[in-house]
Amino acid sequence: MRFTNLFRRRRRDSDKDIATQRLQLVLSHDRANISPGMLEKLKDEIIAVISKHLEIESDQVRVNFQKNQRETRLVADIPLKRHTGRQKRI
Amino acid sequence: MSGKIITISSGKGGVGKSTTTANLGIALALLGKSVICIDADIGLRNLDVMLGLENRIVYDIINVVTKQCSLRKALVRDKHYSNLSLLPAAQICDKSAISEDEMVRIAKEAAEQADYVLIDSPAGIEHGFRYAVKPAELVLLVTNPEVSAVRDADRVIGLLEAEGRAPVQLIINRLNPELVRRDVMLDADSILNLLAINLVGIVPEDPAILIAGNRGQPVLLDERSLAGKSFRNIGRRLTGEEVPFIPLQAPSLLQRIFRFQR
Ligand SMILES: Nc1ncnc2c1ncn2[C@@H]1O[C@H](COP(=O)(O)OP(=O)(O)O)[C@@H](O)[C@H]1O
Ligand SMILES: [Mg+2]
Repeated sequence: MRFTNLFRRRRRDSDKDIATQRLQLVLSHDRANISPGMLEKLKDEIIAVISKHLEIESDQVRVNFQKNQRETRLVADIPLKRHTGRQKRI
Repeated sequence: MSGKIITISSGKGGVGKSTTTANLGIALALLGKSVICIDADIGLRNLDVMLGLENRIVYDIINVVTKQCSLRKALVRDKHYSNLSLLPAAQICDKSAISEDEMVRIAKEAAEQADYVLIDSPAGIEHGFRYAVKPAELVLLVTNPEVSAVRDADRVIGLLEAEGRAPVQLIINRLNPELVRRDVMLDADSILNLLAINLVGIVPEDPAILIAGNRGQPVLLDERSLAGKSFRNIGRRLTGEEVPFIPLQAPSLLQRIFRFQR
């Protein structure tokens, strides 16, 4: 180990970063008027509807708010199941 | 004369609305403007003690609403600045004693007599907040660099936007440059990024404000106070002057040593 590493602080989020991230989250929920629990429920319902028509990787679905200035939008990222024939060979 | 009506609001209580109103009142008076401060926090009168005018009060805003006296008669003139006066809040009533329309009427009448009318809003987002922002042409939103205060500020911005109300500008109060430097406190950029509104001033945490409050002499009168300087600058910005932001970042240890050597 290099000597200087002894003094280097372990990398972790600063208190400022944590505050910013927490604010980002509460603000997006406040602005959309939806609680984190409701968002989870919404996600499950989206998964159920899409699954009727498409094969999706349901455990990789992400439903989140995206903020652009004072405009907030709901963004769903829904990966489709890859077809066996097309899968990357290892 | 038709002065500009500005409401100082926040959502969260205790972030520095009354401190800001008192200091901006003096800042504008020092710039030669005539100013009427309206304490709209009915039941929790405070602006009078901040300005050191508590002993001079005869009438209050409710006397004006109920037409027991004229606005002019109810105004308390400042001890040092004759172009600054205060319309005190009533202390024994509650906020239901005044309606939005009555507030608009009083603020407009005040605007006929002064260049600036500053309305010190009560905390919260209920009736008191609503009547305080109703007559505003500009809302100065005061917040502190902490999660709960910024969140409440965002709620207020949302409410004002939803109703198509006056433009909103942000004042970040009680920023501690040393804590920002150590990445412990939210900095101005992060707050502005989250709230996405214009900044009109940053006021540092300053023990001189406590002392000023005790003495009833707004901190702005303390020449050495950095918070006082910030309020002066905000006053100048309100009059349309472009004033650069004073760097609040505390010097690092190295910078301090370096400066010491010079
Ligand atoms: N920049 C500051 N530095 C130190 N103390 C402050 C500062 N701004 C406000 N305070 C203190 O915070 C308290 C609340 O301020 P006040 O103006 O009464 O808030 P509000 O009107 O929003 O309830 C007061 O005791 C005041 O002295
Ligand atoms: Mg107050």
